[in-house]
Amino acid sequence: MTAILQAQSLGKRYGRRQALAECTLEIPPGHVVGLVGPNGAGKTTLLKIACGMLVPTTGRIEVLGEQPAASPAQLARVGYVAQDTPTYANLSVADHLKFGAKLNPRWDAKLAQARIEQLDLDPKQKAGKLSGGQRAQLALTVAVAKRPELLILDEPVASLDPLARRGFLRHLMESVAENDTSVILSSHLVSDLERVCDYLIVLVSSRVQLAGETEDLLAQHHRIVCTRRKDTDLPPELEVIWAEHTDRQSTFFVRSESGVPAGDWSAEHLDLEDLVLTYMERGADPGRRPKTQTARETEEAQAVQAADTTGDAR
Amino acid sequence: MIEFHLDTRSGVAPYLQIVGQVRQALLLGLLSEGDKLPTVKEVVAKVAINPNTVSKAYRELEHAGLAAAKPGVGTFIIRSLGQASLAEHGPLQQELRAWLAKARAAGLTEPGIEALFSRTFRESAEEEK
Repeated sequence: MTAILQAQSLGKRYGRRQALAECTLEIPPGHVVGLVGPNGAGKTTLLKIACGMLVPTTGRIEVLGEQPAASPAQLARVGYVAQDTPTYANLSVADHLKFGAKLNPRWDAKLAQARIEQLDLDPKQKAGKLSGGQRAQLALTVAVAKRPELLILDEPVASLDPLARRGFLRHLMESVAENDTSVILSSHLVSDLERVCDYLIVLVSSRVQLAGETEDLLAQHHRIVCTRRKDTDLPPELEVIWAEHTDRQSTFFVRSESGVPAGDWSAEHLDLEDLVLTYMERGADPGRRPKTQTARETEEAQAVQAADTTGDAR
Repeated sequence: MIEFHLDTRSGVAPYLQIVGQVRQALLLGLLSEGDKLPTVKEVVAKVAINPNTVSKAYRELEHAGLAAAKPGVGTFIIRSLGQASLAEHGPLQQELRAWLAKARAAGLTEPGIEALFSRTFRESAEEEK
């Protein structure tokens, strides 16, 4: 089976602003992919490129084995729900379905109808009069009834209350189970994604910081707490992602394929939220990673020197 | 039919939570031989989790010889773990009691015992994987 999305050195520049840089990804099929990152990280840019609404400045991308929006056939295979799940305020629920049927060759009218009934939406109601949760469900219904192989959703639950959020994700997961659809959805909150995603991409400051199957990522990452030491004092098979030191304690976030060997430290798995936040912190402040003791010692040495100089002056 | 729930703060992998809930339901007699488990679609429409998680849990149950999939029909329980099986583990329970007495004698309080148990439990489950 072809990859959901394959990107090589993908980049997008708006004037002088680099919105996406050096983005290389290969997402295997059959996944629900979570794209996480702070606001302004480039999530929307990546998703818009993936569905063909934006043309990249550099690099290459294939979605389901074809260039995005290369042909009407490719467009029919990808469904896209833009940020805040937009609908047409002056059109009724039924109009939305009619619209969908006219514009999409693979439209599944039965599925759309069943879903509207299940959601208890009045077909005559104008979309502008629906609640936020209902509007999001309507947008999802239209996208799902198009019968895409890949559904791309940009921050679909960001503006919903917790109950509507849960309802939306249920509906989405049901569609995935029913139609074997692959999904890419973005969010700035990990908690929205951890139940539903089995593949994770962390995007910070226009760069991909981390990508992989959620289960593997969770198995590979540990938090190590020990007496203060340099990261070079840890076994070489541990890749230090982030380090924090107090005057006597060191905390390392490490990645290792083979697990953490026993030693004079305590090691525990990270949960998804800690994992993502660590990579976000690192991505937002690349100059600080990992803060080695050597750097600190230099600072301290300089401080001592400065103190000495003052002493001499006296 | 039983329903599943998910605790995202427990640190236990979601698919293992489902496996655990089926085992528990078997032990409690909520499920027995011949009962049908909810379909993947039914579970995800209720719990809002990834369908692969449910499939993986069901495969694990099949692997453990507790359930079997009938293609196109669903997944069924093929073995009962009624009250009898808890009684069968009497000697194990005795040992656990003895261990608990030792832990208290060593000065461990209840939260301490719980923390020690769940940590050891998790570590040993991971080693066995």
